[in-house]
Amino acid sequence: MTDIAAAPRRDAALTALFRHARYVIAENPVTGFAFALFVLIVLAAILGPNIVPYNPLSSDTAQALKPPSAHHWFGTDQLGRDVFSRVIVATRLDFFIAVASVALVFLMGGLAGVAAGFFGGWTDRIVGRIADTIMAFPLFVLAMGIVAALGNTVQNIVLATAIVNFPLYARIARAEANVRREAGFVEAARLSGNSDWRILAFQILPNVFPILVVQMSLTMGYAILNAAGLSFIGLGVRPPTPEWGIMVAEGAAFMVSGEWWNAFFPGLALMVAVFCFNLLGDGLRDMVDPRRRT
Amino acid sequence: MLTMILKRAAMAIPSLIGVVIVTFLLTRALPGDPAAYFAGPAATPQAIQEVRVKLGLDKPLIEQFGRYVVDLGHGNLGNSLTTGQPVLTELRTRLPASAELTLLGLLVSIVIAVPLGILAATRPNSLIDHACRLITTLGVSLPVFFTGLILVYVFYYLLGWAPAPLGRLDVFFDPPPQVTGFYLIDSLIARQPETFVASLKQLILPALTLGIFSLAPIARMTRASMLAVLSSDFVRTARASGLSSFTVIVTYAFRNAMLPVITTLGMVFSFLLGANVLVEKVFAWPGIGSYAVEALLASDFAPVQGFVLTMAVMYVALNLLIDVLYGLIDPRVRLEA
Amino acid sequence: MTTAAPALSVEGLSVEFRTRSGIVRALDSVSFAVDKGETIALVGESGSGKSVTAYAVMGILDPAGKVTAGRAMLGGLDLLAAKPGQLADVRGREIAMIFQNPRTALNPIRTVGRQIADVLIRHGNVPRRDAPGQAIDMLRAVGITDPTRRAKAYPFEMSGGMCQRVMIAIALAAKPSLLIADEPTTGLDVTTQAVIMDLVNDLAKEMGMATIFITHDLALAGQRSARIVVMHAGHVVENAPTEELFEHPRHPYTAELIAATPDSAASLDELASIPGSLPDLRRTNLPPCRYSERCPRKIDTCAQPLPRSTSASGHMVACWNPLPERIANVPTESAA
Repeated sequence: MTDIAAAPRRDAALTALFRHARYVIAENPVTGFAFALFVLIVLAAILGPNIVPYNPLSSDTAQALKPPSAHHWFGTDQLGRDVFSRVIVATRLDFFIAVASVALVFLMGGLAGVAAGFFGGWTDRIVGRIADTIMAFPLFVLAMGIVAALGNTVQNIVLATAIVNFPLYARIARAEANVRREAGFVEAARLSGNSDWRILAFQILPNVFPILVVQMSLTMGYAILNAAGLSFIGLGVRPPTPEWGIMVAEGAAFMVSGEWWNAFFPGLALMVAVFCFNLLGDGLRDMVDPRRRT
Repeated sequence: MLTMILKRAAMAIPSLIGVVIVTFLLTRALPGDPAAYFAGPAATPQAIQEVRVKLGLDKPLIEQFGRYVVDLGHGNLGNSLTTGQPVLTELRTRLPASAELTLLGLLVSIVIAVPLGILAATRPNSLIDHACRLITTLGVSLPVFFTGLILVYVFYYLLGWAPAPLGRLDVFFDPPPQVTGFYLIDSLIARQPETFVASLKQLILPALTLGIFSLAPIARMTRASMLAVLSSDFVRTARASGLSSFTVIVTYAFRNAMLPVITTLGMVFSFLLGANVLVEKVFAWPGIGSYAVEALLASDFAPVQGFVLTMAVMYVALNLLIDVLYGLIDPRVRLEA
Repeated sequence: MTTAAPALSVEGLSVEFRTRSGIVRALDSVSFAVDKGETIALVGESGSGKSVTAYAVMGILDPAGKVTAGRAMLGGLDLLAAKPGQLADVRGREIAMIFQNPRTALNPIRTVGRQIADVLIRHGNVPRRDAPGQAIDMLRAVGITDPTRRAKAYPFEMSGGMCQRVMIAIALAAKPSLLIADEPTTGLDVTTQAVIMDLVNDLAKEMGMATIFITHDLALAGQRSARIVVMHAGHVVENAPTEELFEHPRHPYTAELIAATPDSAASLDELASIPGSLPDLRRTNLPPCRYSERCPRKIDTCAQPLPRSTSASGHMVACWNPLPERIANVPTESAA
């Protein structure tokens, strides 16, 4: 297959995808709204530090705990830092954690699941046992345990989130691989001499991807909540790094005495981001499999 | 019936084994020298060596695992560095606080979510249906600690209706004599109505926080399940027989619709047990969650491990209970040979 | 036809369904009557609207369905105009229905005894403590052996035939004056079919109950009913006493139906089929006669609104060009 022949096919597929996406968005404006919001979040993540009015780390104790005003849209925290700037800059870290966790769990869970579904036998049994063992724990508690054991770093938070979501992805991937095991294109690949692993990686996994994409959007929301929760109890990112969860934790004490903006705005950002990912997941599900609409 | 329970219990054993193995690995997976972690940040090299020998960290892994299991069998979860008390004792003392909170939260959640789901299903596309869908989507997006803080701000700071989030009882009250450890029950048993009211006041906001958190999956499942059941053949037969609206919706539709909801409760408990930790921090609740968090901040690792193990064991037991409950309601599960 | 008031009189019933792809005009001015104690059959191919008619009369139409015209007089009450409370009182007590797929039509997590008792308590003026005993009696009456033990059984523990008997017991528990049986034997084996049909017949005779059998099987309809109502695409096209219908069908569709009914003597190549298919009921330009587009006897007048002519012997046909009173080419037993 030369690239020249492949290119128009790719373009045709892409146009079809866009047309379908446009149709779904027209049918359900909420999905369109979620998509627009998603783009905004990505922009904030990428451009954050460059567009904010204040340095998120520079403290100015004279300005500590000032309520929202024209100068400081979200007010200032207990060290005089501008809350708005910190919230926007934190987008990058939280978004990164979300994307990294989801990518990792897709690879880990997706590969393990398709291997289990494709090979069956011992592979299936082992993957199943691992998944069952993980699911025997309340998920946040397990994440706590993992980060506590391995240490408070962003890598460990991402790893913990991926491990905790592993069973779900493995299960979905396994079911899809099972169905496709006997499919025509798999037979064709086998006959043309591809090894099992190549088939798995290049034929089956890409086919499983669309179904997992819906789950991945929902997992991004969960990953952010997980990271924020861990940060809230001190197991997450360390201060003074701006991260939504830590900011809520630091602001919590002041909430009780009336300085609400400290914790409110990062919490609101958390909610908006997770809400956006959930809506996006629902919209993606409508696109991929309209039968499962709730 | 009994055979079903025994069978389910037997299926839980591999899970328990897995849990024990994983918690063991977590103990040993500490970066650096695990002995240093268990000895604490202020320990001398001598003390660290003693801890190393005591924990058997110088022995092969299999032997360590054996000792770990034997210790567990004796209820030895190690000692807390900060209090010097056995972890098991402290967990046991603090467990009722967490249990009371979680159960009340679940109750609040069910009391709101199930009727909401039923109403949304019986009045499709109405205002209440849309409200239900909105609440469930929002509910899943709210971080539980954020909800807690907002509730405290509104109901304590702004409105002054709720008491300060400072634990299970106001300083002026003494806890009731211990029977179950649940202040609500114990105060009723001891005929102390003021204590009952005081405990309830402290419980409202944290329970509400947990309730709001677990509202969404229960309402969503109830609605979906009711919708499916209401359009089923046997509900059509019930209607065609002229049975009253109440009988059709409650006795026929609802009991069948609850089956998938009960299965969902397993997942809800997983979330709740995790959310518990966060809510206990917000409301300074003296349960096992805050015990673990305080220990964590003091680099005291034995309580954290004990906490993870306890939570997992409780979760396995809860899932078993849910399975049994399901079997009680669905005869098809019970009577299959 | 007797001059006494019929048990049920359906007059000009029209039903529409709102769907994503348009409005389906499922029923158009359906009219027929059942006399007290009479057994009639409502016959037609899938999609002819026979079940929709029954659901509309019972008031259990899908929420997307709406009755746009007509009355269904049960005694003095118009079922289609009744308030939900009145309707719930009448359902089960005066008019009852049994369904296809008896296993799924019973509550899977409730014992069959209790399901019968529910109806007895609701309609039968039976005190609560007597209901279980009477439920066992009902099970016996529908021919279930060892009824005392079976009353505590669940539907999944019973065969399809037994579940259908239970459904009959539930329907007849409050001794209604009219039973609608919607394809009660589809899905059951032939022996059980015959047994169930006999059971319903016998009970109906005992109780003086009118019955409407809904079926796509013309032969089955012919065996048990005094009168057959033929439906096509939401219209009643013919309505006649059974023997008369089989010997002198007047509507072209009825004739095709009879010809298509497999005769045990015919071989596979001799099986006739009805040309064409049901018209799309979402069309706004449906002709007044919905069979005209596939009818071999179509004439120009067929574009006019349908007539309804009833002979003295009670034979109704809705056709501009019906078959004459005597037919030559309907295969009879004596044909070579």
